[in-house]
Amino acid sequence: MSVGTYYLPALPYAYNALEPSISAQIMELHHSKHHQTYVTNLNNALKSYSTASSSNDIPQQIALQQAIKFNGGGHINHSLFWENLTPASSPDAKTDSAPTLVAAIDKTWGSVDSFKATFNKALLGIQGSGWGWLVKDAQGLRIVTTKDQDPVVSGEVPIFGVDMWEHAYYLQYLNGKAAYVENIWNVINWKTAEKRYKGSAQDAFSVLKASL
Amino acid sequence: MSATLLRTSALRAGIRASAAKPMAGMASTSFVRGKATLPDLPYDYGALEPHISGQIMELHHAKHHQTYVNGVNAAIEAIGDAQAKGDAQAAAKQAPLLNFHGGGHINHSLFWENLAPNGKGGGGEPTGKLLTAINEDFGSFDNLKKQTNAALAGIQGSGWAWLVKDKTSGTLGLVTRMGQDPVSGNLEPLMGIDAWEHAYYLQYQNRKAEYFGAIWEVINWGNVAKRFEK
Ligand SMILES: [Fe+2]
Ligand SMILES: [Fe+2]
Repeated sequence: MSVGTYYLPALPYAYNALEPSISAQIMELHHSKHHQTYVTNLNNALKSYSTASSSNDIPQQIALQQAIKFNGGGHINHSLFWENLTPASSPDAKTDSAPTLVAAIDKTWGSVDSFKATFNKALLGIQGSGWGWLVKDAQGLRIVTTKDQDPVVSGEVPIFGVDMWEHAYYLQYLNGKAAYVENIWNVINWKTAEKRYKGSAQDAFSVLKASL
Repeated sequence: MSATLLRTSALRAGIRASAAKPMAGMASTSFVRGKATLPDLPYDYGALEPHISGQIMELHHAKHHQTYVNGVNAAIEAIGDAQAKGDAQAAAKQAPLLNFHGGGHINHSLFWENLAPNGKGGGGEPTGKLLTAINEDFGSFDNLKKQTNAALAGIQGSGWAWLVKDKTSGTLGLVTRMGQDPVSGNLEPLMGIDAWEHAYYLQYQNRKAEYFGAIWEVINWGNVAKRFEK
């Protein structure tokens, strides 16, 4: 059995394109170092898994699952994250770009502002490294938080995610994570969010297939 | 330190009591032993340079640790309010916050004390009974460092690695903890290394292995030995 190799996807904008909400230095380290490490370690784990699988080494296959989950999750989460951000000057950064989604948000939380307040509270409540996601499931829209790099892969459609690891904001915001959470709204890509909302989980994850 | 830690370990007894049976736990006096306070650092913010920058030390102590102190006090107050109203549910809701912020307070208080400026108590090698125990349980001091660094590198997300002593057998061991979970139960924490990104990011960014290498230059083995022999 041959194993696909995952590659670091190119960012759909320049490292400095999200300034001043997210600094170029953060974006460059986050993409070229952190995300790259998840990709490298995922490929290594998958290769070892393939070897273990072809030699029917079940204990080794089980031992590798956590590494696959963590690094695969890191790859999935960051790939989705880059695509659900956009420069603040882009029309995609306006909620007007997501009419259907905004209608659903209004229905669920009353208004976009009250949704944002709820989302922010969830993000700031994360204890340690993790992510916050707006997802769609059979019941409708939901806010979920996940720890470390646990990905949202139980059938929900990830609409957009916010990385709450300290590496995502520390060089610019230091311990002031509330300001990071406030400013991330300037660069959310509502056009991508609308597209994901209208599609399936498979569609959202298509960015990953492209890197196989 | 010991006064602060005594108070917080009393709090942790309170956490356990409240998790098991909230009403009974709240009736005890464990929650009203006074407020947690930020301990002074036993050295200047810049004293651990170049291994840990002064900027990191200042933010880490004055902001991060202070936030845990505030958090644990807020949780205690909320539990007190809930107790006054006989609202067990509201009290139980505070348990994760009490554990997180209380753990953060305990862990950082221990951490500051097991660091010291290089050449002034920090760095070098352990001696005496502690070294004998390290040689017995890890083979050598070098092995202990290697195994600790491997454990630190293996932490997936924010957490800590600890050199611990088993209270029954007296043997040394290595454990990792996620988030701010404190070392508890039958294990006595002797030396901890903070592997949260805030502990190194401003200086080392993603190169965390460099931070794990440098921290040995500022480990206060005298302090670790004192905890070991206690
Ligand atoms: Fe990240
Ligand atoms: Fe810390």
